[in-house]
Amino acid sequence: MQNNGMAARAGLRMLVIGVGNDLRSDDGVGLVVARRLKAHPHDGLAAMEHTGEAAALLEAWRGVDTVILVDAVITGAGGGTIHRFDLRAREIPRECFRCSTHAFGIPEALALGRALGLLPRRLVLFGIEARSFAPGGALSAGLEEAAEEAAERILQEARA
Amino acid sequence: MPGRTIRVGTLARVEGEGSLYVRIRDGAVADVKLKIFEPPRFFEAFLRGRHFAEAPDITARICGICPVAYQMSAIHAMEDACGAAVAGQLRALRRLFYCGEWIGSHALHVYLLHAPDFLGYADAIQMAKDHPEIVRRGLQLKKAGNEIVACLGGREIHPISARVGGFYKVPARQDLRGLEERLRWAREAALETVRWAAGLPCPEFERDYEFVALRHPEEYPMNEGRIASSKGLDIAARDYDQHFVEEHVAHSSALHSVMRGRGAYCVGPLARYNLNYDRLSPLAQAAAREAGIAGGCRNPFRSIVVRSVEILYACDEALRLIAAYEPPDPPAVVVRPRAGTGHGCTEAPRGILYHRYRLDERGTILDAKIVPPTSQNQRTIEDDLRQCVSESLALPEDGLVARCEQAIRNHDPCISCATHFLRLRVERR
Repeated sequence: MQNNGMAARAGLRMLVIGVGNDLRSDDGVGLVVARRLKAHPHDGLAAMEHTGEAAALLEAWRGVDTVILVDAVITGAGGGTIHRFDLRAREIPRECFRCSTHAFGIPEALALGRALGLLPRRLVLFGIEARSFAPGGALSAGLEEAAEEAAERILQEARA
Repeated sequence: MPGRTIRVGTLARVEGEGSLYVRIRDGAVADVKLKIFEPPRFFEAFLRGRHFAEAPDITARICGICPVAYQMSAIHAMEDACGAAVAGQLRALRRLFYCGEWIGSHALHVYLLHAPDFLGYADAIQMAKDHPEIVRRGLQLKKAGNEIVACLGGREIHPISARVGGFYKVPARQDLRGLEERLRWAREAALETVRWAAGLPCPEFERDYEFVALRHPEEYPMNEGRIASSKGLDIAARDYDQHFVEEHVAHSSALHSVMRGRGAYCVGPLARYNLNYDRLSPLAQAAAREAGIAGGCRNPFRSIVVRSVEILYACDEALRLIAAYEPPDPPAVVVRPRAGTGHGCTEAPRGILYHRYRLDERGTILDAKIVPPTSQNQRTIEDDLRQCVSESLALPEDGLVARCEQAIRNHDPCISCATHFLRLRVERR
């Protein structure tokens, strides 16, 4: 997995950051979305895959106006449900993310970014409801389709 | 004192999951247990039957913060087993790789994990609201280290370039030159870090540790050296098992390492620094003098200053290595397997990391042993807590709990490595 944490992209209109671990089944769905978007380059839009490590995330979106994060989430909705959160307008409970005790992740990146003034002007999370975080590379039923739909919705936002 | 129990749901700012139990009876510490309930991870068993060349990448997965350390100890052990030696620029590149990991790991611990204890914040995010410039400096320092790892290893976490015999791919001169500007900034920032850390309010506390670290004839130790102690031990890595033994204790799924006949010992920045001050660069020595620790440091709470000195040293050393760099050709020496046993011991950010492998003539791993730094420090952390609680009984309950958590974080324990959450429970009777 590429983790171009230092890829500052001044002048870029929109950066999509797919976060996750594709060795833990549905945790890889954010990466799948990023790969789909990388395969279909669109003017002003770039996509990258990311481990979600907080300090590297703050670096990854430095200088970018609009950032879309894509990650697996757990809210209790049905598997494959796509949630869209405006992260500048509201805070997301950390329980939505599959958090590690081993490293700082997205919730810490958001909190640190807020405290340090390092959040992009527009920051949106596409959260895709996961079913399973079991070891293994395959997505659960319906998650591929959800990844495709999320990628399509992101492209529509980029074109708007 | 009447019976009292304090429970803290989660001790944050350590890597992994564990809990602490302290029982105080009649005003004295009756029991201290650092409980590690994370299930064992069986890496040593996974390695059996695998090819010797796979060990660096398999063991790197033990830790997301110090993967380079696992790669280096595995590589040195395999080269020892196969009778290979790596010198010149390949050796220098390994040292540069390690500098990157030390800078990244130490900056994370100093600024994001440990500093909030000294300044009275629950976490780095709360601290960032009042001290944004300090936290930004920490993040930028961490980035300087991560950039070295990414440049040499292809990515920041779980780099993929190191191999037995050298590297799969080595950087061009200009690739490393590209790191210099940020590293020069980082060296200045590290110097400021030492001064800042030295001024943090710190409890008076000392212990007569037996420090254990590598000792090299010329260098501040990273990849090579004999295993030495502050009480006279001086052995080759291959003699490790004769002097150190792992013991199972019921309250921890991580084995406790002790020195045979001598008990607990201390590894990590404090040990390295106390045994190797004379091997630091003049700049790092001058900063340590200014910080008031040139004569040694036995106060684990001051380890934040020692880590800062090591960040400074690693920046200085990285710049020296980059200035002298010529790309090695070929990027690796050929290492042919042979039947035998190899030992590797290198200085992970948290202390010595020992690997031992037995190979057959085709290079298949027959048996593996890995002793991470946190396993070696578990008993020392419990001993620190015992003394720390005894000396801090007058503190109010929340102050005592905070002091205990800080005492654990002094050693930057990586419970994930050792076998993860720390729940804290203090009982007073």
